[in-house]
Amino acid sequence: MHYGGKIILGIVIFVGLLLSPFAYNAMTVKANYKQPELKLPANEKKCIESLEFMRTKHMQLLNEWRDWALRDGKRVYVNHEGKEFTISLQNTCMKCHNNKAEFCDKCHNDAGVSPYCWDCHIQPEGLK
Amino acid sequence: MKNNRRNFIKFAGLAAASLCVAPKAMASGHAAPVRKHPEGKNGKRWAMVVDTRTLNTEEAIAPLAEACHSVHNVPHIESKQDIKWIWAAPYEQSFPEQQNPYLDDAVKERRYPLLCNHCDNPPCVRVCPTKATFKRPDGIVAMDYHRCIGCRYCMAGCPYGSRSFNFSEPRKHLDLTKLNPEFPTRMRGVVEKCNFCVERLSVGKLPACVEASGGALTFGDLADPESDVRKVLRENYTIRRKPTAGTEPSVYYII
Repeated sequence: MHYGGKIILGIVIFVGLLLSPFAYNAMTVKANYKQPELKLPANEKKCIESLEFMRTKHMQLLNEWRDWALRDGKRVYVNHEGKEFTISLQNTCMKCHNNKAEFCDKCHNDAGVSPYCWDCHIQPEGLK
Repeated sequence: MKNNRRNFIKFAGLAAASLCVAPKAMASGHAAPVRKHPEGKNGKRWAMVVDTRTLNTEEAIAPLAEACHSVHNVPHIESKQDIKWIWAAPYEQSFPEQQNPYLDDAVKERRYPLLCNHCDNPPCVRVCPTKATFKRPDGIVAMDYHRCIGCRYCMAGCPYGSRSFNFSEPRKHLDLTKLNPEFPTRMRGVVEKCNFCVERLSVGKLPACVEASGGALTFGDLADPESDVRKVLRENYTIRRKPTAGTEPSVYYII
């Protein structure tokens, strides 16, 4: 093989550079990453559904809430325990979670998502 | 052998038939865990009657617009880009098809409150490419601002000019300290219009403009012969805007 040694060395350096971000992440960022600490509502212990459901499925739930309220005109949600809630982001969710910056934004920023809820909906802190 | 083939075809036919039925039979019939508000108003065809004998000046219509616009966080912009859910207009703009050169001066000089007509046959719904505008079973032509892409076909389709486009960020033109925190604003790039106060009807309240009108506006269900609107319509001569458009508006004007 012509230039065999140089080619193999080149490949090793290339692969090393390619993987370097992963190595860097594995060594530094993971050790430093902490789950964000949310400010939970002070006088309400239970959300409308279970913690696991809300954590993983709140976006689907909000989508369905929107369609039920807007299109079907049904604005009362009955949860798995039979308890009833008015379908409204501003008037139900954010009445307990009354700080968007300390609740919504914490996880959304960490996960690098920017939902457009607040382009129209008014956050409980008010607008400036 | 003959018998076997016969049985095979029978069995194959049965299997094919059951394959057709299976998806329907297997689908679980669980309903959405939602229901209507117990105090919400139920109607089959919401409508409004405007008594222009008592409500006919800019000054009288302004408070209705103010009531509506403050409830729904509608901005006021000093230009052609203003957002209007309900506004005042002269006769020739309101009823261009029902004009004549010798019209009664009083009728000609009046100002008429205009709003979305919540048509039976709404052109805006037909042209909307994303179904952001849709007609609810109770006759209200509603909008889902999440879906609006701002193409403005609906504005071209609406014969009544009832729709406004947010050319700029509406929050820049709103007093942010006086927003109604129970209702959203809109964002730049969506079309908006009167929603017949669907959010108020759903909790049993009358539309904001009707409440502010002191009786000049009547609101009710056209499908109910005993309703207030039907009573007012029976007893008064009314006209609607641009009848030749064939849209069947549900806002009526007593002249």
